[in-house]
Amino acid sequence: MSVRHGLLALLAEGPMHGYQLRQEFERRTGGTWPLNIGQVYTTVHRLVRDGLAEPVPQGEIGSAEEPGAPDGEGSGERFRLTEAGRAEATAWWARPVERGAPARDELAIKLALAVTAPGVDVPAVVQAQRTETLRALQDYTRLKARAAAEDLAWLLVLDNLVFVAEAEVRWLDHVEARVARAAATNAARGPRPAPGQGSTTQVSPGPPAVGVGPVGRDLR
Amino acid sequence: MTPSGPGLGPVLLSLVQVSRTHGDGDLAVHALQGVDLDVRVGELVAVMGPSGSGKSTLLNVAGGLDTPTEGTVTLAGAELSALDLKGRARLRRRSVGYVFQDFNLVPALTAAENVSLPRELDGVRQREARVEALAALSEVGVADLADRFPDEMSGGQQQRVAIARALAGPRRLVLADEPTGALDSVTGEEVMRVLRSRVDAGAGGLLVTHEARFAAWADRTVFLRDGVVVDSTGDRGGPGSLLVGAGSDGLGSSHWPSGPTDQDG
Ligand SMILES: Nc1ncnc2c1ncn2[C@@H]1O[C@H](COP(=O)(O)OP(=O)(O)OP(=O)(O)O)[C@@H](O)[C@H]1O
Ligand SMILES: [Mg+2]
Repeated sequence: MSVRHGLLALLAEGPMHGYQLRQEFERRTGGTWPLNIGQVYTTVHRLVRDGLAEPVPQGEIGSAEEPGAPDGEGSGERFRLTEAGRAEATAWWARPVERGAPARDELAIKLALAVTAPGVDVPAVVQAQRTETLRALQDYTRLKARAAAEDLAWLLVLDNLVFVAEAEVRWLDHVEARVARAAATNAARGPRPAPGQGSTTQVSPGPPAVGVGPVGRDLR
Repeated sequence: MTPSGPGLGPVLLSLVQVSRTHGDGDLAVHALQGVDLDVRVGELVAVMGPSGSGKSTLLNVAGGLDTPTEGTVTLAGAELSALDLKGRARLRRRSVGYVFQDFNLVPALTAAENVSLPRELDGVRQREARVEALAALSEVGVADLADRFPDEMSGGQQQRVAIARALAGPRRLVLADEPTGALDSVTGEEVMRVLRSRVDAGAGGLLVTHEARFAAWADRTVFLRDGVVVDSTGDRGGPGSLLVGAGSDGLGSSHWPSGPTDQDG
C-alpha cells in the first residue's frame, strides 16, 4: 500500500511540509493508518529521488510561512510535485488497486487446518470466531452511529472495516454450511477415500474458496 | 442490581424456556427448543441463524402470532397464554409493530392506508392515523409513495412501507423479519438508523437478519441453530473495546469515545 501514493495525492493539492502531510493523511483517513514523521520524510525523499517531487525553493512567491508551524521540524522545508509527479498522482486515481497474493490470513489457515485435523469441533471454532467478528462489527457500527453525516471520509473508512468484517462472517457461514454438507455426504457414502486419491465429487463451479480448498494448493 | 448495559430500561419482552414443536411423533419438527430471551426497553436484539433455524418462529411466538408448545411469553407485563384471543390481538395491535418477511401489504390499499389500517382498527381516528402514517412513511424515505398501491412499487419500496407500518404510532416492541432483505446497502443502513433511533427513544426491538452488517446495529446478537440459542455476543460492552487494542494511538483517537455513552440516535 501506498503511503507513497497517498502523499502524492495530497501534494497534488498544493505544496506541504512533512508534518502537514502527516496531519492531513491521518485526518483524511480517520486516523486508521497512523504514520510517524520519519516515515513521511523517508517517503517524501524517495519521491524527490524518483523525480516526482521537489523542495519548494526558499523565498519563492506564494510560499509564505503560515503561523503555527513548529520550528525545527523539517526546518520549514516544503515539497511540491514535479510534472512527472502530477502525472503519477493522476494515474493512481485511474488505476485499480492490485489485489496481489492472498495475505497469510491466520483465520483461513486456522480453519483449513481445523477441517483436516482430527478431533477439532469445527462448528465451535466457526461460532467462536463469528461471535468475535460480530462484536467488532458492533463496535464499528456504534462509531458510525455517532459519526457526523458530513464526516464522509471517516464514514467511508468505517464502512470499509464493516464490509470486510461482514465478508468474514459470510465466509464463516459458508464454511459451516460446506462442512456440514461434506459431513452428510461422507456419512452417506461410507468410508472416505485415502488422502491424495483426489475424489472428483462435488467440484463446485466458480473460484475455490480461499482456505478451505485442499491444503497445499499454492495460491500465489 | 441488573446486569443490563447503560441506558436500558425494564424488561419489555420475556421468553422463558420457550419451545415450539410442529407435529408429533417421528414427524415432529422442533422449531424452537428451550429458548430464554429478554428484550428491554431501549434494547435492540438481533437474531441470526441459517435457514430453518427457527428465527421467524421466534418472532411469531414473541409477538403472539404463534403459541409456544412449552414455556411462557410475557409482553409488556402480560403473559400471553393468560389472555384470550381477543385480548392477545388487542395487545398485539397496541404494542407490537411487525415487519413480515414477505411484507404482507394489503394489495387493495395504498401505502398510506396500509400503514394507517392497524391504527384505525385500534380506534385511532382516520385523520390522525393518516397523519401518523405520513410521518412514518417519510421517516423511511417514501413519503412520496403514500397514494400508490403495492403493485405500483418496487420490492424495496414495499419493504419500506411495511417498516413504516410497524413504526406508525407509539409501538413499544418492533419485531422485524429480514426488514432489509430487498434494500440496497445505503437504504438498508438508513432503515437501521430509523429502527435504532426508535428503539433508543423508548421501544424494544427484535430483528432477524442474515446480514451481519445490519445485526451490528443491535446491542447484541443471538445465534439460533436448530431451534436452540447457541451463542450470543453478550451485553453491550465498552464501545471500541476491540479497536482500542489495535494500536497505541491508532485509529483516530479523536474519534474514539473514552467510555460507554448513551447514544441518542
Ligand atoms: N407450520 C409448520 N409446520 C411444520 N413445520 C414448520 C411450520 N412452520 C415452520 N416449520 C419448520 O420449523 C423450522 C423453523 O422455521 P422458521 O420459519 O422459523 O425458520 P427461519 O429461521 O425463519 O428460516 P428462514 O431463514 O428460511 O426464513 C423449519 O424447519 C420449518 O420447516
Ligand atoms: Mg424466516
